[in-house]
Amino acid sequence: MSNKTEIWQGTLALMILKTLDTLGPLHGYGIARRIEQISEDRLSPNYGTLYPSLLKLEQEGWIAAEWGVSENNRKAKFYKLTRSGRKQLESETKEWNQTTAIVARFFEPVED
Amino acid sequence: MKLRAWLLRFKGLFSKEERERELAAELESHLQMHIDDNIRAGMSPQEARRVAVMKLGGVDQTKEAYRDRAGIPFLESGVQDLRFTLRQLRKNPAFTVTATAMVALGLGASVAIFAFVDAALIKPLPYQNPSRLLYVTETAPDIPRGVLSYPDYLDWKKFNQVFESLEVYNERGYVISTPAGTEMIDGARVSAGFFRTLGVNPLLGRDFQAGEDLVEAPRTLILSYDSWQKRFGGKQEIIGQPISIDETPFTIIGVLPQHFHFAPVENAEFWTPVIPAGGCLIRRSCHSLHGVARLKDGVSEQAALADVTRIAKDLEAQYPDSNRNQGATVAPLSEIIVGDVKPILLLLLSGAALLLLIACINVASLLLVRSETRRRELAVRRALGATRARLIRQFVIEGLVIVVIGSVVGLVSSHWAMQILSGLIPTDMMASMPYLNDLGLNSRVLIFAIALAGFAAALFSLTPAFRLSSLEVRDGMAEGGRGSAGKVWTRIGSKLVVLELTTAMVLLAGAGLLGKSFYRLLQVDAGFETKHLITMRVRPPLPAYGEDEQAVALGRKVVAEIKSLPGVTSVALADTLPLTFNGNTDWIRFVGHAYNGEHNEVLQRGITSDYFATLQAKLLRGRTFTDAEDLTKPRVVVVNQTLAKKFFPGEDPVGQRFADTDLNPKSIKEIIGIVDDIREGPLDAEIWPAYYYAFNQSPDVGYSVVVRTSQAGESLVPTVADAIRRIDSRINISGQTTMTARVNNAQTVYLRRSSTWLVGGFAVVALLLGVVGLYGVIAYSVSQRTREIGVRIALGAQRGTVYRLIIREAGVLALAGIVLGTGCAILAASLMRKLLFGTPPWDLTTLVCVAAVLGASALLASFLPARRAASVDPISALRAE
Repeated sequence: MSNKTEIWQGTLALMILKTLDTLGPLHGYGIARRIEQISEDRLSPNYGTLYPSLLKLEQEGWIAAEWGVSENNRKAKFYKLTRSGRKQLESETKEWNQTTAIVARFFEPVED
Repeated sequence: MKLRAWLLRFKGLFSKEERERELAAELESHLQMHIDDNIRAGMSPQEARRVAVMKLGGVDQTKEAYRDRAGIPFLESGVQDLRFTLRQLRKNPAFTVTATAMVALGLGASVAIFAFVDAALIKPLPYQNPSRLLYVTETAPDIPRGVLSYPDYLDWKKFNQVFESLEVYNERGYVISTPAGTEMIDGARVSAGFFRTLGVNPLLGRDFQAGEDLVEAPRTLILSYDSWQKRFGGKQEIIGQPISIDETPFTIIGVLPQHFHFAPVENAEFWTPVIPAGGCLIRRSCHSLHGVARLKDGVSEQAALADVTRIAKDLEAQYPDSNRNQGATVAPLSEIIVGDVKPILLLLLSGAALLLLIACINVASLLLVRSETRRRELAVRRALGATRARLIRQFVIEGLVIVVIGSVVGLVSSHWAMQILSGLIPTDMMASMPYLNDLGLNSRVLIFAIALAGFAAALFSLTPAFRLSSLEVRDGMAEGGRGSAGKVWTRIGSKLVVLELTTAMVLLAGAGLLGKSFYRLLQVDAGFETKHLITMRVRPPLPAYGEDEQAVALGRKVVAEIKSLPGVTSVALADTLPLTFNGNTDWIRFVGHAYNGEHNEVLQRGITSDYFATLQAKLLRGRTFTDAEDLTKPRVVVVNQTLAKKFFPGEDPVGQRFADTDLNPKSIKEIIGIVDDIREGPLDAEIWPAYYYAFNQSPDVGYSVVVRTSQAGESLVPTVADAIRRIDSRINISGQTTMTARVNNAQTVYLRRSSTWLVGGFAVVALLLGVVGLYGVIAYSVSQRTREIGVRIALGAQRGTVYRLIIREAGVLALAGIVLGTGCAILAASLMRKLLFGTPPWDLTTLVCVAAVLGASALLASFLPARRAASVDPISALRAE
C-alpha cells in the first residue's frame, strides 16, 4: 500500500512537471484536469492528493507559485516550472525512458 | 536541494497559520473552478458542488496531508508533547521540584567531585608527556623512598641506559635583603637540565645551560612567575640583572611561565642550579636530592627500575662504606605528586556516584508512581489512537525535561560547590596541591556531566516506558483493574527501595568507618601536650650569627626574652618540630656493640634544655641536659624509648655511648636519659628511633621556637614574634601558628577530616533519600490496600495487627537492604582499607550502629503509613468502592 503510494507520488511529480513544461503556468485544478485528460480518465485520483505533491516540488525549488487570475476570472494560485525544475524534468525524463525501455525488453516475446 | 526542502519545512513549523490560510484559499479557488466547470457541463449548483468536493477527496484529509508535508510532523507533535509535559510539571510543582532537586543534587555532587578528580588525577602535571616522567631515588633499609647523594646521582646519570635525562632537585631557602630587612625566601635547587626534562620553557629569558651547575660557573637564577610579579613588578628588563642572595651575587636569567607548578617545591620563588661547592653535596654518604627522569621511548618503568638497581648494586660494591644496602626505586612522578589524595578522591567519587544512583532511583520510582496514577489517561489516549511509540515518547520527553532542568541546576551548584570546597582547603595544603588551581568546569568535566545526564535520562524515560509495555488498554480503562497493576508497581518499587537502602547502608558504613578512623587518629598519643603551644620558625641573618658561639648566645637571648612575656610558662628551641616528618636522620654506631656496617638510621633533633618540659613529654629515665652543657662540655644526648628498645634490648642505655660509623672521637655522644616517644612524623606514621642532642652543643642557623602558654595562645603569637624582633630586627620569622592548628592542618588529619565530612554528608543525604523512598513504597501500598484493611478491621482485626502488618512489610525491605548493604559495605571498605586507621573494614561497632540507624529510620518511615492504615475507618473504606 505505502509502496504504491510512493510510486504514485513519484510519477505524479513527473506528470506535474511535464504538464507545466507543456502548458506553461497553470493552477492546481488545471493540472489535475490535464492529468485526467491525458490519461483518458484512466488516472482519476482525488484532486486533493495533488496539493502535497505541489508543495513538495515547491520546497525542492523545481516549481514556483504565484497568485493570479484564471481564464474564468477566478483568483487562483499558478505554478510554473523553474530553471532547476526544467533540468530535473530533463533528467527524470531520460531516466524514465531508460527504465521503461529496460522493463519493456523483459516483456518482449522471447525468440528461441 | 534536500537541505533546502528541510529548511523550508523547519521554517514551516513557525508560519503555520499563514500557510493554513493560503491553503484554504487555494482549495477554495480549486473548488470554485471545478464547480464552474460542472455547472457549465449542465449540473445543478448543488450537484456541481457535491461532485467537486467528492473529487477533491475531502478538504480535511487534503489539509492534513498538506500539513504533514509543510512542517515536520514528528517535531511538531514533539513540540506538542513538550508543551503537554511542561503543563503537567507545572501542575505538580511538588513532584517537579522534588525530582529536579534530586537530579541536581546527585549530579552536582558527582560533577563537583569529578572536577577534583580531573584536576588531580587526570591531568595533574602541566609538563610535556608527563606519563614518561619518573621520580627516581635511592632506598635504604627502613627507608623505602630516600634521597640521592650528589656523587651517586652523577654515577646514575652517567651509567643508566634507560633515561633520556636524569635530573635532581631539592628545596632550599634563601635570604635576601629588602628595604624592610632580611627576608627568607623559599627556593629550589635543580640540575641544569631540570626544566628541559619536564618540557617547560621559561616565559622570559632562558633556561639553565649545561655546565651552569658546575662550581666554576657564574651563579644564575630563574624566577617563578609570582615572584617576578611580586618582587620585580613584572618588568621585562629584569633579565640579566644582578641580585644578591645569601650574600652571593647571582644573575637573573629567566622567568618561569605563569601556569608552571611543581608541587614538591611549590612555594619556590627562586630556582638556582645545584652546585657541588662543598658540604653535603660532595659527600657520597650525604643524601639530599630527589631525582626526576624522562624515560627513553619504549622503556618501561620495570626496565628502568632494573637498570637503576643494577647501578646501585655496582656502586655498593665500589663504595661499601657509603653505599651499603643502598638500593634504588622509581615511581611515576604523578604518584609522588598526587599519591596521597588519589585514594581519597576516588573514594569521594564513588560516594558521589552512589548518591547519584540513589537520587536517580528515587526519581525513577517517583515517575513510576506517576505513570501508575496516569494509567487511565494513557489508556484513553491509546484507545483514541495514540500509537505506543507516541506514548513512550511522552515519557521520554518528560524524563528529558526533568534531567535537563536538574542538570542545569546541578551544574551551576557544582560550580559553587567546587569554589566552596577548594576555599575550605587551607592555604598550606593548597600550595602542595597546585594542580587544583586548574579546577573548573572544563570540557572533560562537561562531557562527564553530559554522560551522567544521559544515563539519568535513559533511566527515567525507560522505566515508565518499560512499564507501559505491560499495560493493557482494557486494564487501564476498567475501574477495578487497579489491583493487579498496583501489585506490579509494588513489586518493582520494593526492589528499587532495597537497592536504595543497600546503597545508603554502604555510604553510611563508609562514613562511619572513616569517622572512626579519624577519631582513632586524633586519639593517637602525640607523646606531648599539643594544647596551648605556640610555634614559629626563626632564621637569624647568617653573617651576624654564623659562628656557633654567636648562635648559642642568640638562642639563649631568644628563650630569655620570650620567657619574660606574661602568659608564657616555658620556652624551648628545636631544629625540627614534632609531627612534621620522619626525616633529618643520622647514621650511628654504638660504642661497645658489634658492628658490621649495618644501617642504624635514627632521627636526630637538636633541642634546648627546657624542650621536654615545654612539650610536657615524659622523661622515663636519667636526666635531660642543662643549659650549661654547651660546646665546651662533653656531648650528651637523650634517646627516645623506641631507640632504647631497638638497640638496647635488656640493657640500660643510660651511660652508653654512640658515634658516627667511623667512631670519630669528636662525634661520640653519651646517653644521659630516655624520653617517652614523641611523634616526630605524622600521626599515622610509625615511630622511629630518635635521639635529642643539645642545641647548645651543635647549634643550627635556623630553628623553631616552642612556647608553652598558660591560656589558649593565639593572641600571644604576635607578641612572641615582636619579642624576637626586639633582639634583632633582621631576624626572619615565619610559620607563626599554634600546635593545635598545626595538628588540624596536617595533611593526614586534614584529608581524613574532610573526607569524613564529605562522605558523611553523602551518607546522610543517601539515608534521607532511601528512607523517603521506603516511605513512598509503603504509603503507596497502604493506599492500594485501603479496602483490604477496611475489610480486615470490619472483620475484627485489632489496630495493633494492622500496625504489625504494615511495619512487617517495611521491615522486610529494610532488613533486606541492611543485610545486602552490610555485605557490600564490607567489600567496599576492604577496597578503601588504605584510608582506614586502626579500624578494620568489618568493624563490628560501626556496622551495628549504622544498621541500627538505618533500621530506626526505616521504622520511622513506615510508622506514618502504618498509623494511617490502622486508623482506616472500615465503613468509609468499603463505601468508597
